[in-house]
Amino acid sequence: MSTPQSAFAFQGVQRFFGSKKVLQGINLEVPEGQFVAIIGKSGCGKSTLLRLLAGLDQPDVGRIRRSDAGQGAAGTRIMFQEPRLLPWARVTENVTVGLTGIVDGPQATARARDYLAEVGLADRGGDWPSVLSGGQRQRVALARALVGQPHILALDEPLGALDALTRIEMQQLLERIWREKGFTAVLVTHDVAEAVLLADRVILLEEGHVALDLAIDLPRPRRHGAPDVAAYEREILDRLLGRNAA
Amino acid sequence: MTAVTTETGTKTKGRATPLRFLALRGLIGWILPFAIVVVWEALSRTGVITENVLPAPSAVLRAGWQLLLSGELIHNIATSTQRALLGFIIGGGIGLAFGLANGLWVRARDVTDTTLQMVRNIPHLALIPLVILWFGIDEEAKIFLVALGVFFPIYVNTLLGIQGIDPQLIEMGRIYGMRPARLFWRVILPGALPAIFTGLRYALGIMWLTLIVAETIAANSGLGYMAMQAREFMQIDVVVLSIVIYALLGKLADSLARLLESLSLQWHPAFQRKES
Repeated sequence: MSTPQSAFAFQGVQRFFGSKKVLQGINLEVPEGQFVAIIGKSGCGKSTLLRLLAGLDQPDVGRIRRSDAGQGAAGTRIMFQEPRLLPWARVTENVTVGLTGIVDGPQATARARDYLAEVGLADRGGDWPSVLSGGQRQRVALARALVGQPHILALDEPLGALDALTRIEMQQLLERIWREKGFTAVLVTHDVAEAVLLADRVILLEEGHVALDLAIDLPRPRRHGAPDVAAYEREILDRLLGRNAA
Repeated sequence: MTAVTTETGTKTKGRATPLRFLALRGLIGWILPFAIVVVWEALSRTGVITENVLPAPSAVLRAGWQLLLSGELIHNIATSTQRALLGFIIGGGIGLAFGLANGLWVRARDVTDTTLQMVRNIPHLALIPLVILWFGIDEEAKIFLVALGVFFPIYVNTLLGIQGIDPQLIEMGRIYGMRPARLFWRVILPGALPAIFTGLRYALGIMWLTLIVAETIAANSGLGYMAMQAREFMQIDVVVLSIVIYALLGKLADSLARLLESLSLQWHPAFQRKES
């Protein structure tokens, strides 16, 4: 493998809301195919960073560079804590929303079906979203985000509202699909364990700065509660809570 | 193999039962009106209710039959229905247009909403004297009143429906690159539809109400006119007949609206039949 190209890079990015500096000079380069987790306390600017990455917001200072591949119609997709499915569209139609401006008609439907199968909902395509469980809806949202084959997938606490068991299933699903498709994943989460379990690299944001940039050098698949996973978790938590590392 | 057979077996069963249940439920609603008619007939026959207060249902039916044979009844129903529908289409169409425009563009709402809210507070039936002065007792008068009455429920509910759409869904549509037209058809209109239907059903009620009043006061044809004329000649059976027909037409309009609603709002949990 040659030297990995960068998928995107933040260069001195600042963002203000009124007089409040939410991001104060973020420099961050993420190589293609990497799984990055961004953690931090509420209000540290992690969601703002993600919205900038997804192009929903523009920086006040600095710039964001994306690789050519990341700029097309489905260059970057974002997935939220709420599935945001259209209640009046059947599951398959909801997934084809992800192909808006890319493919239409039966071709779109066929691709949507493939991705539904990918997230384990092959037989639910004809259902209304209201009959699905929370975890199933979030899987539909994942299929919708991925069906356009984005180069970057931004995830804004997509598992935050799920119960513990569903969450673990979703983490495994996300990891499997990420390994299969090879997109660059940027996951914003509150959950340090989730970050360590899934990410190649954990970024800790503190008051708009990158306070920690830690590579998680562990073989996959990782398991909840394994000693090496727990060690990373402790290191990050200590830093997050301001405790002195032992 | 067996598993497949059982599954299709339960599916058909699951589909047939709710249908039968629904049909039954529809019938249950008719038991009470039927019972009232039976009691009414009995009371008339035994002379508890005298004929010059309220004629027996059978007398009303006989009057209806005669008017049916003479063609008068059909003619009057057709005239009234035509007025109702025309007024409804005009008023409802304009209400929908204003509701959509004001829901989608803040600028349009700033300009027109205050005016519309002021007009809304005038009871439209209070305009009858003015409308008669303007249009006489011709068709326009009735159609104008119906249109005016129907306009507001449709307008207000369409506006509410659009304003009530989850902004997160609209953001989602934009993120996925939906252009304004597609955003409207896929996100905004379906999202506003439940509220629009609420407005539609209100409007249908107001439509009949307005028409009855307008036809009773100023008309030379139609159901209301038929009732007023019958009053002049003391044909109380025809008066009652007109009232019954109004009730049936109102029920018919409401049922049609409900059917339309349940067809286009299948996604809505309130309209889903439990399948498990």
